[in-house]
Amino acid sequence: MSRTGRTTATKRAPGAGPLMEFVHRRRRGAELYLLVLSLVVGIGAYAAVGLGVNGQVPADLIKHGAWLAALVVAAHVTIRYKAEYADPVVLPIVSALNGLGLAMIHRIDLAPTGHPVGSNFAASQLVWMTLGVLGFITVLAGLRDHRRLQSFTYTAGLAAIVLLLLPLLPGIGKTVNGARIWIHLGPLSFQPGEIAKVLLVIAFAGYLVLHRDALALAGRRVLFVDLPRGRDLGPILAMWLVSLGILVFQNDLGSSLMFFGLFLVMLYVSTERPGWLVVGGVLFAVGAYAGYLTTAHVQARVQGWLDPFGKDSPSYQLVQAMYGMAWGGLTGRGLGQGSPQTTPISWSDFILPSLGEELGLTGVIAIILLYALLVERGLRTALICRDNFGKLVAAGLATVFALQVFVVVGGVTRLIPLTGLTTPFLSQGGSSLVANWVIVALLLRVSDAARRPPPEFSDQPADMDSTQVVMMR
Amino acid sequence: MNRPIRNLAIACLIMFLALMINATYLQYWQAGSLTSLTKHPDNVRVADAAFDEPRGAILVDGRAIAQSTKSSDRYKFLRTYPEGAEYADITGYFTRTLGLGGIESTQNSVLTGDDPSLFVNKVIDLLGNAAPQGGNVSLTINPKAQKAAFDGLRALGPRVQGAVVAIEPATGRILAMVSSPSFSPNQLAGHDFTTAKSNYDRLLADPLGPLNNRAIEETLPPGSTFKLITAAAALSHGYTPNSMVMGGSSLKLPLTTKYLTNENHNSCGPPKITLTRALDVSCNVAFGSIGLKLGADVLANQAAAFGFGRNDYFHDLDDQLTRLSASEFGTNVDQPGAALSAIGQLNVRATPLQMAMVAAGIANNGEVMQPYLVDEIRSSDLDVIKQIPSKVLTAHAISAAVARELTQMMVSVVQQGTATTAQIPGVQVAGKTGTAQSAPSRPPYAWFVSFAPAESAQVAVAVLIQDANVDRNQISGSGLAAPIAKAVMEAVLKK
Repeated sequence: MSRTGRTTATKRAPGAGPLMEFVHRRRRGAELYLLVLSLVVGIGAYAAVGLGVNGQVPADLIKHGAWLAALVVAAHVTIRYKAEYADPVVLPIVSALNGLGLAMIHRIDLAPTGHPVGSNFAASQLVWMTLGVLGFITVLAGLRDHRRLQSFTYTAGLAAIVLLLLPLLPGIGKTVNGARIWIHLGPLSFQPGEIAKVLLVIAFAGYLVLHRDALALAGRRVLFVDLPRGRDLGPILAMWLVSLGILVFQNDLGSSLMFFGLFLVMLYVSTERPGWLVVGGVLFAVGAYAGYLTTAHVQARVQGWLDPFGKDSPSYQLVQAMYGMAWGGLTGRGLGQGSPQTTPISWSDFILPSLGEELGLTGVIAIILLYALLVERGLRTALICRDNFGKLVAAGLATVFALQVFVVVGGVTRLIPLTGLTTPFLSQGGSSLVANWVIVALLLRVSDAARRPPPEFSDQPADMDSTQVVMMR
Repeated sequence: MNRPIRNLAIACLIMFLALMINATYLQYWQAGSLTSLTKHPDNVRVADAAFDEPRGAILVDGRAIAQSTKSSDRYKFLRTYPEGAEYADITGYFTRTLGLGGIESTQNSVLTGDDPSLFVNKVIDLLGNAAPQGGNVSLTINPKAQKAAFDGLRALGPRVQGAVVAIEPATGRILAMVSSPSFSPNQLAGHDFTTAKSNYDRLLADPLGPLNNRAIEETLPPGSTFKLITAAAALSHGYTPNSMVMGGSSLKLPLTTKYLTNENHNSCGPPKITLTRALDVSCNVAFGSIGLKLGADVLANQAAAFGFGRNDYFHDLDDQLTRLSASEFGTNVDQPGAALSAIGQLNVRATPLQMAMVAAGIANNGEVMQPYLVDEIRSSDLDVIKQIPSKVLTAHAISAAVARELTQMMVSVVQQGTATTAQIPGVQVAGKTGTAQSAPSRPPYAWFVSFAPAESAQVAVAVLIQDANVDRNQISGSGLAAPIAKAVMEAVLKK
């Protein structure tokens, strides 16, 4: 079977198999029902936090709940009008995660110690969520067709690189917790890397959809795997160097890992060549080992991973997180009744152990399953999407979530060495939250296009049309 | 592009599965160890929670020697030790970040209420919506004997280095266990953690090791008290109490040019004396010659029968600092070494607990019982949940006939030998003194082991005075150690 033959099959050509005639229902009512459930989780958790810490329902429960509900409903209404065929499960998942995160951040705010004095992270997080939802609405309302993004391929790529370099500029760049990934502009501070990951997905997708045929050409065959040709190694080497640069100059192990992994996965998906995974894997191993040899930062993380309880171990934070999760056990101490604030940065990178302590293994599994569902919905969107650019964008965005969750959750539970990344939608942090809401909007935009019944072709035979009418009901 | 996307979906599934399995490992399988204060004492969440929950009491004869009292500072409960230093080496200590010691450590799961044996009570508490309560631990200690032992050591000064162990011979119940110098667990359990830490550091840095439990951790040459084991071996190998053995003032050691002499170079009397007389006057020459005749292997086996060479028969006080040390006879002992070992010198080392077991074994017709400290596990309502049974360590360390003969010889030691200071009016006491040489530069160790009443012993005692800051010529088992043993025996016998 020829490669071109397979790709055209995904386009809606007359005479395609009966599966392609399947028409998705809108399911907006189901989405609303799930959203109500997600609000019960988020607002209920917020109330439980107040009960657990102070013995009374928080005074601002109504205000908080109403604001949260208004944001979620606004997002839902936008979908109804602007993307009526979009996947109905994604928004409720995001709403539940964001609500839980707000409750947990509020819980750390209420703790007597363990966070900056007088912090009110929950209130500012709600503001950031508002900005995130505004970004979500803007994307859905302003971008009627995701394919238009393809024309911004190189603009997006350039912008991403500039954003990644910004923290290195003296004056606005700032080192926080050892990593130089923040920029400060007056009172505002944000992590440009979070925005960059959206732009990178667009840039990778646009680039790969054009060059996939060339990159898919087989080179030397080694052990059943066709390796790519040497002359095609340019892009992956460039991305590899960028990732190494992030590691060496910004000390940001997590982002470095995520960007390279994202590029590798998108390269594999677009070319269908496992050989790229081999090349990428080798490059990753070389880079990781070189990083281990040259940077004390990476060595400390690996040492803390292998032997967290050792004498002079650098992983006080990880050990505290593990103690907290173990203390939570199967069912948790109950919201407001553990001591998650014992773990440094318990409201951000380490919010999952905080939730694990108070909601137990039950809660942690539920949260991981929510992420798994979110990634699965994203990949399903990629599968059913009709255009290659959309496929790549959806697969890339889903991969961003999967990698980010794996790296941060695996890190804080000592599955892999600890690397600093935010937990999507849960962690306190504005740039991350806004970027993730924008990602969800893009995903829903692609999903809407993928699930929407195909436009009728005037040149189709009449009997094809009648078949479609029957299917649609 | 769908095939790679499906593969990608499978890869993501594996990643999320790995996260879930890892979380399950952490929060289920590993959770018990990570939240155990004995394994991870720096887990402040568990320690904090433990300070906020009522912890069971450690009881002696119905009275608490460690208890949780209500507190109104940042924690709801304060652990207090009403008897302080007297029971410190038994109770151990309960701290927030410094770990646990003694019974507080070994019985932690009972005291917190997490022990499986308390499961039913926990469920009842849960169903009745009552706050979960810890269980209580009742000890075998006889408070009068413990007080007599503690006061006896304390009378020699607060910095005296020594230990007393008393055992009920028929059961192995430990009736008293004191180590000196001691410490106050109250100073470690307080809620001012900075002070607690500096107190702990000071105790750790103290060269006399107040946190050490000399009764089970210190092994020292038992000196003449080891002659009981030599005598037991002799009686088991054809000797009788009236057998004539070598007396006089010196014994030429084979293969060397050296002579074995008696304490202070005294003479044991005539060149031939009875075995009973030899024990009465603690004759080194006599027991050295018996050692030469029997050989090192016979002595080593006899010692092993009483528990020498083992450190597995007592675990009730195992904690982060404390373990029972194995008493030793020594290995590869040559011929002159057998003579020296027979009088408890050379490489022979014993803990006070081990020497108390030797006395208890003789008193119990040759049957050595396993010593133990935890008597009963009780619920928070003091219902007995579990009674710890006695266990036999060695059924026939010596035969009952040998035990009877040896007992009579030990009675003679107290009546007309070196241990007259241990006599109790109206009670037949069996005993043996010991004054063990160590390095010439430091004072000898004073030992005394005994039991009473001789016919049906209720208590066996071992006393060790390692260093009492007294003149060298005043140090002797009979002068320093025997009066303490006497007081402990009297405390047990006077109901």
